[in-house]
Amino acid sequence: MSALARRFTGLRAVLRREFHGYFASPLGYIFIVIFLIASGYLMVSRDFGRFLELREANLDALFSYLPWIFVVLVPAVAMRLWAEERRSGTVELLLTLPITLEGSYLGKFLAGWAFLAVSVFLTWPAVFQVARLGDPDWGAIFASYVATLLAAAVLLAIGLLFSALSKNQVVAFILAVAASVGFLLIGVPQTQEFVGKWFGGYVERLVSSLSLLDHFEALTRGLLQLNSLLFFVLFTVGWLVCGMLVLGQTKTN
Amino acid sequence: MSEDGEVLIAVSDLTKHYGPIRAVDGISFEVRRGDVLGFLGPNGAGKTTAMKMITGFLEPDRGSIAVAGIDVAADRLAVSRRIGYLPEDAPAYGEMTVEAFLCFIAEARELEAADEAIEAVLGTAHLGSVRGQTIETLSKGYKRRVGLAQALIHDPDVLILDEPTDGLDPNQKAVVQDLISSLSSDRCIVLSTHILDEAERVCNRAVILSEGRILVDSTPAALVTQAPGHNAVRFRVTEGDAEEVAARLAEAEWCASARVLPGGEVEAEPAGGENRLNDVLAAVGEHRVADVSVREGRLDELFRDVTRGVAA
Repeated sequence: MSALARRFTGLRAVLRREFHGYFASPLGYIFIVIFLIASGYLMVSRDFGRFLELREANLDALFSYLPWIFVVLVPAVAMRLWAEERRSGTVELLLTLPITLEGSYLGKFLAGWAFLAVSVFLTWPAVFQVARLGDPDWGAIFASYVATLLAAAVLLAIGLLFSALSKNQVVAFILAVAASVGFLLIGVPQTQEFVGKWFGGYVERLVSSLSLLDHFEALTRGLLQLNSLLFFVLFTVGWLVCGMLVLGQTKTN
Repeated sequence: MSEDGEVLIAVSDLTKHYGPIRAVDGISFEVRRGDVLGFLGPNGAGKTTAMKMITGFLEPDRGSIAVAGIDVAADRLAVSRRIGYLPEDAPAYGEMTVEAFLCFIAEARELEAADEAIEAVLGTAHLGSVRGQTIETLSKGYKRRVGLAQALIHDPDVLILDEPTDGLDPNQKAVVQDLISSLSSDRCIVLSTHILDEAERVCNRAVILSEGRILVDSTPAALVTQAPGHNAVRFRVTEGDAEEVAARLAEAEWCASARVLPGGEVEAEPAGGENRLNDVLAAVGEHRVADVSVREGRLDELFRDVTRGVAA
């Protein structure tokens, strides 16, 4: 076994257990229903996506609001993952099996991400609909799905960190929502204007380069730019590593 | 206690602090194949902390642990494959069925013949009738057996059981104790308990811990003979003055103490815990006595003496 595979021993077993866990209780189904209703509403609502009014064969109306839905729903997917293990004491069982902390952490992350992917792909009727109505830019739709999954990954990594930090699922949820909102607010024009006015153009560009929304929009336009892809990958890995370090400290509390 | 079995757990100078509190304070011991070692001690004595370090869940501040010759600090994964561990309160994933939970454990342990192992352990732990039930709906006794089943699924050399019968009713306790006894022949078991009867029933070696240190390392049978009141003779004086008999016994040099109990019986405690029934009867002399009994030492009395800091 290579050193890398050894470091992630037990990943597969944890991934399978956690993924099935979403469908073992009503929680997973409730999540999917809420997600589809919310995304569908924002897509067609006259105040938001205006899909029906714009009469354009693209899915910008759907994708542009997904990060905002994720801010609430992704922490709900993540909150249970470590908080529940620590509250019930199963973390001691888990980490005395031939499973490494890194393996279990990544396994839980991938299970949550796979569950989010299932939810996101259940928006396929929207794709079906634009294909029926016009001639959409398939590259942009593909890139939008990639961007959505990457945004889900980074927010899930944030949620997982707070789940490792607090034994209480509600506390983990609230902290993760707050952190995710903060992360998204960096990208809204008002924040950037404010930063530009007080700290100058250089800081504004720096903050802008850290904006999830900017990178998300860049990707959904159909350009799979390397810097935007790197942004998501680096932040996801960064939050995951922080979470593993936190769990190493909190697992025995 | 087996003298010639292979050493399966070797602990040396193990120390762990929680902030300023020294939870485990330089303990050393070995456990061999065939041993059933009982960790006895009051709450907070360091039993659970020591077990968590043996399983690799906690890192010691100082000292070393080898399980089946493998250093825990160097290769926790290899050690975890040799150990079956039942943590305190037998945590398990409540939303899973017994069978799904054991499947998960088998997968995590990468067992090749997983189905056979699950069937075998369902039989050993008498869980066949609840295999399809979710764990959160089970009684405490069943939950504990699920915990034991997951610890046994890979037929480990070393079993670490943290308070395996705590919180169970007497019948459930007996079932779990019988199960543990049936497992002891070809492995080593370390279990913690504060029930001294349990140590006498299932263990062939007893270690008393207090404030993180080992105070006594012996066999339950030997501990009984060291317990205060071992071989004390008790009788009723049917003709004569009980106080006078007690006073006469108290003067004898072999007698540690003699007194009249509140119920009117006389109890004479021999020094050194030797059986002095004949001496007692000789000293009684012309008085007539009845209901003579010799009692065994009681572990809980020794336990109280020792853990209060009185030498055994």
